[in-house]
Amino acid sequence: MIEVEIAHRAGAFRLEVAFENDLGITALFGRSGSGKSMTIGIIAGLIRPDRGRVAIDGDVLVDSSAGIFRPKHKRRIGLVFQDSHLFPHLSVQQNLLFGHWFAPHRVRAVAFDQVIETLGIGHLLGRRPASLSGGERQRVAIGRALLSSPKLLLFDEPFAALDAQRKLEILPLIERLRDEFKIPIVYVSHAVEEVARLAGCVVVLENGHVKAIGDPVDVFGPAAIQTGESRFSRSSVLSMQVGGEDQAYGLTELQHPAGIVWLAGQAGPSGGKVRILVKATDVTLSAGRPQNLSVRSVLTGKIAAVETEGPLAAVEITLDGEGRLYAMATRRAVDDLGLRVGDLVFALVKTVALDEHAVGMTRP
Amino acid sequence: MSELSPDEWTAIWLSLRIAVVATLASLPLGIFAAYALARWHFPGKMLVDGLIHLPLVLPPVVTGYVLLIAFGRRGIFGSYLADLGIVFSFRWTGAALACGVMGFPLMVRAMQLSFESIDRRLEQAAGTLGAGPLWTFALISLPLALPGIVVGAILCFAKALGEFGATITFVSNIPGQTQTISAAIYTYTQVPGGDANALRLTLVSIAIALTALIASEIVQRRAKRRLASFE
Repeated sequence: MIEVEIAHRAGAFRLEVAFENDLGITALFGRSGSGKSMTIGIIAGLIRPDRGRVAIDGDVLVDSSAGIFRPKHKRRIGLVFQDSHLFPHLSVQQNLLFGHWFAPHRVRAVAFDQVIETLGIGHLLGRRPASLSGGERQRVAIGRALLSSPKLLLFDEPFAALDAQRKLEILPLIERLRDEFKIPIVYVSHAVEEVARLAGCVVVLENGHVKAIGDPVDVFGPAAIQTGESRFSRSSVLSMQVGGEDQAYGLTELQHPAGIVWLAGQAGPSGGKVRILVKATDVTLSAGRPQNLSVRSVLTGKIAAVETEGPLAAVEITLDGEGRLYAMATRRAVDDLGLRVGDLVFALVKTVALDEHAVGMTRP
Repeated sequence: MSELSPDEWTAIWLSLRIAVVATLASLPLGIFAAYALARWHFPGKMLVDGLIHLPLVLPPVVTGYVLLIAFGRRGIFGSYLADLGIVFSFRWTGAALACGVMGFPLMVRAMQLSFESIDRRLEQAAGTLGAGPLWTFALISLPLALPGIVVGAILCFAKALGEFGATITFVSNIPGQTQTISAAIYTYTQVPGGDANALRLTLVSIAIALTALIASEIVQRRAKRRLASFE
């Protein structure tokens, strides 16, 4: 259980953030300059907040009203920076063991071999950080933080400096950390895909304040539709259950009370829960059950709201069962189909537009 | 060119001894001052900074005279230190003190730059991994600043070898006790027929300086290669 309630001022910027979560990964989400990194810095003890309280599992790290401010080296919080910040004068092994060495024996809960194996960095032990690739460096940095047996792991945009391919290698690792080591994680990101995939709770920050907080399924769509951001950033997060596999075609069936979505590739064991991210621009609407189309994934629901803006219309659909789906269409298309609030509608999702790599297992 | 005379050898050994002692004795204080100036904020920081760098801009004679007032046998501190058996005036130890003071600003400047260039996040990372401030300094800051520390030490050593004004003002020019290479060269140029001696010592002086510079270059390159850019 992590509890944060802080207020801090730096120049003209004011931070006022409060959240708590006890489920796996908490994501701090927002644009650069929204106060994510400052929040992380305060939790880690790099910044002393003007006032507030930070506690992990009841262990109070900061409480300005009681005059408590525990220095960073006594907090046992593993921080993974944006660009790894491995110690350049030490070997990979020495880097990994740095925090391990400082952790008192009674709290050493994380085994070296398990970390090496999980992160796949056994072959790098004798190397120097300078000779590692970006992805390797970041994995070593994660291992280093993990081996200090922290009570909380903080990730400050750990993939900002990595290309898409490296990112795909490491994202599943963070899921494994969450499930294997049972250490709560606070994860800073401005990438919807990462957050939708990983987080159990999303805290959306804007200008130093919490704008929304909750399950990614609830947080993302509405937030995106109101901000007037580019239509390309509007997306929905749907909880699905893994069904059967079509091995002949290499497809996986994802089930939802509103219908079926086919995914290219695999998505974990049958019966597992996964989340998918559907961009509003990838959804096609149909007033009747579609026929003779290449699209195989169809979800049914009722129109909850139609918002128009110039030539465009943003349509919010309440899916049968649960969940909301957002679709972008032209205003004319909405008028031609005569779509109104409360109407039944069929939403078509192109399988090829779904990134199977961004599909994450939620906690079993 | 003829052999070096015993007096010249004495001057050379004395110079080296004074420079080595001055450098080694200033090293801990220099590292501390450089780190404090690079990383800490404290009241009076500018004043401390100014005091450290003062010998760089003052005429050396003035520095020497201030040392005489402070550490002379009847000086402000000197009289107390004399009671403890520590005497600087007209001793080689006094020459080492003068050289240390003159070399100190050069040493601190190089080290300070080196500490400042260390990415603060590395120190923060060490902190979050459980290393307290002293451990962080010993395991991260100090090794990473090593190239700058070596440069600072070499600069101080070189300054100490060449120091003349402050030394001669503070501890005079006593052969075998405070007569360094520089002082000896000065003496030889003041007596008739001393030109050859002066030239020999000049060449020795150049040789020592070059050796020190090359040594520092090698040490630095090694340290840098070890740290290699981590981009």
